[in-house]
Amino acid sequence: MSNFPWLTTIGVIPLVGAGVVWALPKASARGSRVVALVFSLITLVVGIVAATQFKTGGGHGQFQLTETHSWIPQFGVSYALGVDGMALTLILMSLVLVPISLLAAWNDVPEGGRREQTYFALLLVLETFMIGVFAATDVFLFYVFFEAMLIPVYFLIGLYGGPRRQYAAVKFLLFSLFGGLIMLVAVIALYQQGPGGDHGFLVTTLTGLHMSTTTERLLFVGFFIAFAIKAPMWPVHTWLPDAASESKPAVAVLLVGVLDKVGTFGMIRFCLQLFPEASRWATPVVIILAIISIVYAAIAAVGQNDMMRLIAYTSVSHFGLIVLGIFALTQTSVIGSQLYMINHGITTAALFLFVGFLIARGKSKNITDYGGWQRTTPILAGVFLVAGLSALSLPGLNSFVSEFLVLIGTFQRYPVAAGFAVTAVVLAALYILLMYKNVFTGPKQELVAAPDGTLALGEDGTRPRTGITTTLFDEPEIAKDDVPPEARVRGSAIQDLNLRERLVAGLLIAFMLVLGFFPKPALDLLRPAVDATLQHVHVHDPAPHAGVTTEGSSK
Amino acid sequence: MTSAFTQAHITYAAVVPMLVVFGAALVGVLVEAFLPRSRRYWAQLAITLVGIVASFLTLVLSARNHKGVTAGAAVVIDGPALMLQGTVLVISFLAVLLMAERFDLSAPDAFTQSGASVPGSPMETNAVKLGATTTEVFPLVLFSIGGMMLFVSAGDLLVMFIALEVLSLPLYILTGLARRRRLLSQEASLKYFLLGAFSSAFFLFGSALVYGATGIIKFGDLASSIGTVTGKDDILIPGAFLIAVGLLFKVGAVPFHTWTPDVYQGAPTPVSGFMSTTVKVAAFGAMLRMFYVALDGLAWNWQPVLAVVAVLTMAVGAIFAVTQTDMKRLLAYSSISHAGFLLVGVVALNKTGLSGTMFYLVAYSFTTLAAFGMIPLVRSAGSEATHLSQWAGLGKTSPVLAAVFSFLLLGFAGIPLTSGFTAKFALFSGAVGHGATWLVVVAMLMSAITAFVYVRVIVLMYFSEPNGDTHVLMPSALTGIAVTVGALATLILGVAPAPLLNLAQHSALFIR
Repeated sequence: MSNFPWLTTIGVIPLVGAGVVWALPKASARGSRVVALVFSLITLVVGIVAATQFKTGGGHGQFQLTETHSWIPQFGVSYALGVDGMALTLILMSLVLVPISLLAAWNDVPEGGRREQTYFALLLVLETFMIGVFAATDVFLFYVFFEAMLIPVYFLIGLYGGPRRQYAAVKFLLFSLFGGLIMLVAVIALYQQGPGGDHGFLVTTLTGLHMSTTTERLLFVGFFIAFAIKAPMWPVHTWLPDAASESKPAVAVLLVGVLDKVGTFGMIRFCLQLFPEASRWATPVVIILAIISIVYAAIAAVGQNDMMRLIAYTSVSHFGLIVLGIFALTQTSVIGSQLYMINHGITTAALFLFVGFLIARGKSKNITDYGGWQRTTPILAGVFLVAGLSALSLPGLNSFVSEFLVLIGTFQRYPVAAGFAVTAVVLAALYILLMYKNVFTGPKQELVAAPDGTLALGEDGTRPRTGITTTLFDEPEIAKDDVPPEARVRGSAIQDLNLRERLVAGLLIAFMLVLGFFPKPALDLLRPAVDATLQHVHVHDPAPHAGVTTEGSSK
Repeated sequence: MTSAFTQAHITYAAVVPMLVVFGAALVGVLVEAFLPRSRRYWAQLAITLVGIVASFLTLVLSARNHKGVTAGAAVVIDGPALMLQGTVLVISFLAVLLMAERFDLSAPDAFTQSGASVPGSPMETNAVKLGATTTEVFPLVLFSIGGMMLFVSAGDLLVMFIALEVLSLPLYILTGLARRRRLLSQEASLKYFLLGAFSSAFFLFGSALVYGATGIIKFGDLASSIGTVTGKDDILIPGAFLIAVGLLFKVGAVPFHTWTPDVYQGAPTPVSGFMSTTVKVAAFGAMLRMFYVALDGLAWNWQPVLAVVAVLTMAVGAIFAVTQTDMKRLLAYSSISHAGFLLVGVVALNKTGLSGTMFYLVAYSFTTLAAFGMIPLVRSAGSEATHLSQWAGLGKTSPVLAAVFSFLLLGFAGIPLTSGFTAKFALFSGAVGHGATWLVVVAMLMSAITAFVYVRVIVLMYFSEPNGDTHVLMPSALTGIAVTVGALATLILGVAPAPLLNLAQHSALFIR
């Protein structure tokens, strides 16, 4: 069984699913989402089986489950797949998030028909590319997935997004393409630095090359710009809030929760592994950019009124932490960052999807349009609070473990940077709890419910004034008389989470708790990958007296 | 130089593909003279297609095994010549299919029924009433194809000039034969003719100067003697640059590009497709031979100039494409920027650059031809709807057309899994290997700009509401085949480019 092409299989199943979904006859178009869900679940099962084939002990080479075939020998390109602990956990996270997102996206395209089929087909195509990008062990192949991935996302935002979807989709595509094209130059140049040959693009072939300092640094910059745009870091993060805000919540989950991880994944896999010297050279700048990202985005999040944008900004802030951990280059911080990638995926998914549930009912993305919804939708308020607490790293929930590891690992080497980064925790509490307060707490609003259980809009299409706060820091001070009469009638008819939505919420919260209380399996999976990475960069943890439990890597 | 005349020996097995094409063209002229109008369309179409296929077969079966210098070094059949001749033939075959498209008319849809009459005159009305057809386009195309095949295999300056004229003159006529908006078409034709004549004159003048400096017109000898010529740089180098002007004009490089948008817009759309693909292939083939063989010794002089031209071409093509509102002009500017990318490959002056350029030419030609093939399908009020706003919402009204066209645009933009990406990669590898990394960085930045242009069209088709009066014609098998082949090639060369890359690499050796 060890030669079975597990990774190809995992990648092909969703692609086949996409074909089936797309080819369904018009009469059974409503079945497309069921088919899509089934295929994503099959993929997940196969993925878990594949994971059992993965050996966590040492002595297996950097990559396992490998497949290598010649693809374009003239370019030295191979179709080479393989995973280490980091790639495997990210793939598993993607495989988990896709069915959850599909379930949450059940009614995203209410008009059905061909449009709905295309939506679910695109989501499945995206899953294929996500698996490919994490599993590729050939730089060229990685690049192919990296760029090709943009197309389904572009259409998912542009065809199914909000009112400013055109702008958001084009901005997303151009930012990503710009970074990608710069990286392409570096990819070409990298091959010419290497030994060449039919398999000259394999990561393992290109690791440990001897090149001139200038070349290495230029190549590093070429790769890093692309990954920084993807991650996204300040100052090239501006596409993310637009893209996340305009896309459907399920798409936003995959975009922010999975696709952006490619940026940080790429930093570890390519920047650190292929250009160790340049990575150390660039560390001060990267750390400063990461700190700016952390603090700036957190402050920006506090000031957002659009909930989707707010979550996007929290992600930028958290990505700053991940990058900080990566480039602090201690065992604790790097493993923290890798764990953070997983946790951030789950937490962000929860935030986006729960906000999506809220928006589906309240028909507005603006915080100021809400208030008092805890009394109308208590379960939604509850799960939202849990997700929020995970985002602000409450001990016992998943993010706490990783954020703590990143901070403590960074502190070993860069105490000042770690000091700045800690402010993120404080600011996180501010933006999460303020959002929760303004949306869910306060007096019960008497809302008019439409027959489908969502908020009814006024005759002119506007929402009845239910919210109170004009600024985030105002106390709600509404008198019952201020509520327009049409908004007082049947508030209780707005339904709380239904069974499908509860399932989504339950699964996500279960993951948060498991990873919060028992992160050991994930850490065991990640540790060999971290050791390997640090070995490539030739760094040792500073001053063992800090009492780190890790054994410290040696050359 | 000997005083006695020796008859040049011609290896007919090597030049037979050209002879077949020219022969078919002559037969076409006879058909035009003697066959009744009603039967000409099918006869001409059959002769043209059979001629092209036969030529391709002789190319593969005979010429390929007889590489070498022939006809007194006037013709050189070597790897690049064969590969580019083959490309010209394959693309021309598809282009002829597009030109033959009739929709529901009795004559080719894109061409006027009476090119000689004044637009709107009683003479035109009369000609239409009598059922005139413009089947002479087929022999004209064949002559042009023959010229192109000779152009890429020319062995000396004079043959190259003659080939340039043979390929250009039919194009000037074809440009003026559009069925609709005839005045625009005739204006384009005149413009193309005048500027083309100037550029030919430049080419000839440059040849004269080079001959004056060296006393040689044969490329092989030129290459070996340029290094030994001293003290004549003041006419040799201007000569080389004047020749370059003539060639750069044909590929539409800045600053000799101004004709491109007008001509592409005015010409019948299939002819624009033909010009933007085969002419580019031929002209780049000639340019490669000129710079890689004949003027190799002057590389220090022409490389920097060509690099600057490449940057200007990419930039002007990319930036002006952003402001275009007409689909054909947009594709024209896009073809200018692609010419700039190709020049990056020419500047590289190494084997990778040569094979990369040839691969790019093939990949680009398929995509471009398919794109031009789809434009005539979109109609508004009886004529082609080339204004961008008329393409809005096609994703909803004709999903297949929009999907295929979007795919082609992604190919132009160089997204992975399309031929545009592998082609860019092949091309730029050569330039990076040569050390012109800065040129590649510029090329990538310009690619990002052109990507915006293409994406804007996709946005228009998919994310905008349809506008009422645009409809899409159902093409016949002719257009169907041409577009399908073009789109499939775009996909296949993106996913499995290895065989063609292999061919390009094995072909990348000039015989001197």
